[in-house]
Amino acid sequence: MDMGTVPLSHYLFLSATLFVIGVTGVLIRRNAIVVFMSIEIMLNAVNISLIAFDRYMNLHDGQIFSFMVMCVAAAEVSVGLAIIISVFRNKPTINLDEFNIMKS
Amino acid sequence: MELLIFYPLASLCVLFALGVVINKSPVGSAMSLIAMMLGLAGIFVLLQAHFIAILQIIIYAGAIMVLFMFVIMLLNLKDKGEDKNWLSRDKNLLLTVLSGFLVAGVLYKIIEITSSIEFNSPALLPETFGTVRQVGTILFTEFVLPFEVASILLLVAMIGAVVLAKSKVD
Amino acid sequence: MLLKLTGLVPLYPLIGCIINGFFGLRIGKNAVGLIAAGSVGLSFLTTLFIFVGLVMTPAEERVFEQVLFTWMAAGDFTAEFGFQVDPLSMIMMLFVTGVGFLIHVYSIGYMHEEYSFYRFFSYMNLFMFSMLLLVMGNNFLLMFIGWEGVGCCSYFLIGYYFEKKSACDAGTKAFVMNRVGDFAFLLAVMYIFYIFGSIDFTTVFHAAPEKLIYDGEVVTIITMLLFVGACGKSAQIPLYTWLPDAMEGPTPVSALIHAATMVTAGVYMVVRCNALFALAPLSMSTVAFIGAGTAVFAATIGMTQFDIKRVLAYSTVSQIGYMFIAAGVGAYTAAIFHMVTHAFFKACLFLGSGSVIHGLHGEQDMRKMGDLKGHMPITFVTFFISTLAIAGIFPLAGFFSKDEILYHALMDGNVILWGMGVTGALLTAFYMFRLVFMTFFGESRVDPDVHPHESPKVMTMPLVILAGLAFFGGALGIPLFHGWHILHNWLEPVFHFDLASALDHSAHMLHEQGRHAPPWSHLLLPEGDHNIWVEIALMLLSLSIAVAGIFGAYMCYIKKPNLPDSLIEGQWGYELVKNKYEVDEFYDDYFVKPTVEGSLLLWKECDAKGIDGAVNGTAQTLGWLSNLARTFQSGFVRNYALLMVVGFIGLLIISI
Repeated sequence: MDMGTVPLSHYLFLSATLFVIGVTGVLIRRNAIVVFMSIEIMLNAVNISLIAFDRYMNLHDGQIFSFMVMCVAAAEVSVGLAIIISVFRNKPTINLDEFNIMKS
Repeated sequence: MELLIFYPLASLCVLFALGVVINKSPVGSAMSLIAMMLGLAGIFVLLQAHFIAILQIIIYAGAIMVLFMFVIMLLNLKDKGEDKNWLSRDKNLLLTVLSGFLVAGVLYKIIEITSSIEFNSPALLPETFGTVRQVGTILFTEFVLPFEVASILLLVAMIGAVVLAKSKVD
Repeated sequence: MLLKLTGLVPLYPLIGCIINGFFGLRIGKNAVGLIAAGSVGLSFLTTLFIFVGLVMTPAEERVFEQVLFTWMAAGDFTAEFGFQVDPLSMIMMLFVTGVGFLIHVYSIGYMHEEYSFYRFFSYMNLFMFSMLLLVMGNNFLLMFIGWEGVGCCSYFLIGYYFEKKSACDAGTKAFVMNRVGDFAFLLAVMYIFYIFGSIDFTTVFHAAPEKLIYDGEVVTIITMLLFVGACGKSAQIPLYTWLPDAMEGPTPVSALIHAATMVTAGVYMVVRCNALFALAPLSMSTVAFIGAGTAVFAATIGMTQFDIKRVLAYSTVSQIGYMFIAAGVGAYTAAIFHMVTHAFFKACLFLGSGSVIHGLHGEQDMRKMGDLKGHMPITFVTFFISTLAIAGIFPLAGFFSKDEILYHALMDGNVILWGMGVTGALLTAFYMFRLVFMTFFGESRVDPDVHPHESPKVMTMPLVILAGLAFFGGALGIPLFHGWHILHNWLEPVFHFDLASALDHSAHMLHEQGRHAPPWSHLLLPEGDHNIWVEIALMLLSLSIAVAGIFGAYMCYIKKPNLPDSLIEGQWGYELVKNKYEVDEFYDDYFVKPTVEGSLLLWKECDAKGIDGAVNGTAQTLGWLSNLARTFQSGFVRNYALLMVVGFIGLLIISI
């Protein structure tokens, strides 16, 4: 029955909302770790969108792409956190506002 | 029936995502994030993508978030994370919120346009859609090159992480 | 076959110029002098060979063209680099190289103590090259190159003593005044090209009767413009004031450039274009009257000057006026004749004055000279012979040439012209002998510690040769006896002009235009017979006038030395004449000062404020903008992220 089906646009709305929340988090928060987590939110939002399209069009490409996204996210998180750790050694803070050595 | 599952799950995800952004302490943010990912796994199952759902839990909630927790604990950030009233001291807050709304508006507009086309009814799916066997077959036949490249990427990331985080004491 | 040597004639001085210019300091003064004078001497020798070759060809075919290469071919316009040897250019080449050679030899002695010896000779050779291009060119453009070249070398040589400001100013003045004339000349050449489609002499002059209406606006404009150019180069009114100032240059320069060759280029040009001038009677009258006016005007100024070289300069201006009188009445042979004899005696006079100056160690003021004839005998004798020539005493050269000009002026029906010419002759005799008497006779007013002495042989030899030419040069044109006028017979083919057919063509063209041809039949009256008795009467008249002038000078400067002062006493005109009628001051006020003021204005307003302001303003604006852009580099990561998002939104909006 039609009443029980969720239209595609709902899934896309969900994806967009999560994405915007992620962007806002990146821009607002000053804690580097929390910024990272916001980035993870964004990536997940994209994943939803990919899988939703796959479901509604009977494709398999989106799932593979989503797999790759997860892979990249893992790599990125590990390297990023390593950077934060090494920066933390120089200056014992993770407040982004205090990293302004590149100021012209 | 689907609707009954979808809406609660979706709102939980959004709530927990907001929690990540708003939470004062990083540990709280990490916990919220884990909860959101579990919710997302549920949605993936709803979308008949079983393999991806399992991967989500294993990789994201299982490995990545644990890594996050390790680093938070390691850096002992509980107290040094933020000052209490970061909301009021942030010069860019207004601008950021505005741009956030703007991005949201634009994206909604996009989706509105696309939703006017048909796709509101899901296609008929074969039985094997989204199973491990299906996805695996495709991964090793059509997309074997990206698969291999991804493995190299992970290797490189691993080496990079080790090199970067190594203590320079010598 | 000998005529094929034509290309070599300008080549020798050019080589001499280059060698002396680049290596002059290294090869020593003797070598420099040898190369310079030797190259001109070689030119003269080659010219003699060419002359022989030309004499051997029959009279009707004496036009030889040698085109070296085609210089430019652009659309309809072609200009060749070619030489034309015909009787007229032959005469010019002969006396330019001959007198030039003598002056070069003289300069070796005169310039001996100069440090920049080589620079002088380099410029002199360059001048010879340009002058030869001028007289040998076969089209207007090549003549113009020579024209400009001699103007340029004149500037170099007048400003030779460049440490003296007056010399530099004189050089600039000469060049700028020449430029005014050159501008008119160029306009004329362009107009000629527009009408004829070619600037080749043979083409233009043959086609002239068919393309130009007799006494029409076109031909009058062209010839007037050409004449203005000639005025600039030959120092006629109103473009003459540069010549007296040009005496700042060394004396051999004055002799060569400002007496014998460059200043006669204008006359050569007018004579060369006789086919055009013959079609424009208005221009011819203008030429004649300006020539006559200048002759008298300059003679009056010459009477009051005390600098020996200035007197000679004004004398040159005056004598060239005579040449223009001749050209203006159609007596082209007389003009060329006077040009040749003038070259001889004026060069001798200038070199002689140089010898006097050299002997007095730099003194040029005649009031400090006197009784030099005992100290400098050779200079005195040659100088005296040349003065007799210029005054027009029989049987020296000047007598015949001047007399012929006056005769033709009278025969043309122009009594005013003849009267002015006779007045000029009287004044010429007077002031030239004033010069001789003040310098060589009377009591010595020389500075006590200056010991005058005769000049070395290298300087006196050319003087002797030139004096001899001045003495016997009249043989070129003895009138009265039919067939004895060598120059006339020689030059006749060049000046042959068929007036009747030209008038026919003009009438035809006017009919085509729907206009009516005015009655020209009076122009076709046959010329009266060469009346011997009129000629003899005129000769006696000129002789007596010359003697009267000499007598007047004798009275003023030998017998009663106080006479000039008592005559001048109270005469208001004297100061005016002595100040050269204040023409220089007039030009200064009305032409030079406004130009200078205008340039200063342009500099201050347009250049300093406008252009510099724009450039500096741009730089300042850019600096301000980049300061503004600097605020983006805050160093805050989050600001960068914000900017990224803003950019992304912008892109989205644009794409939607």
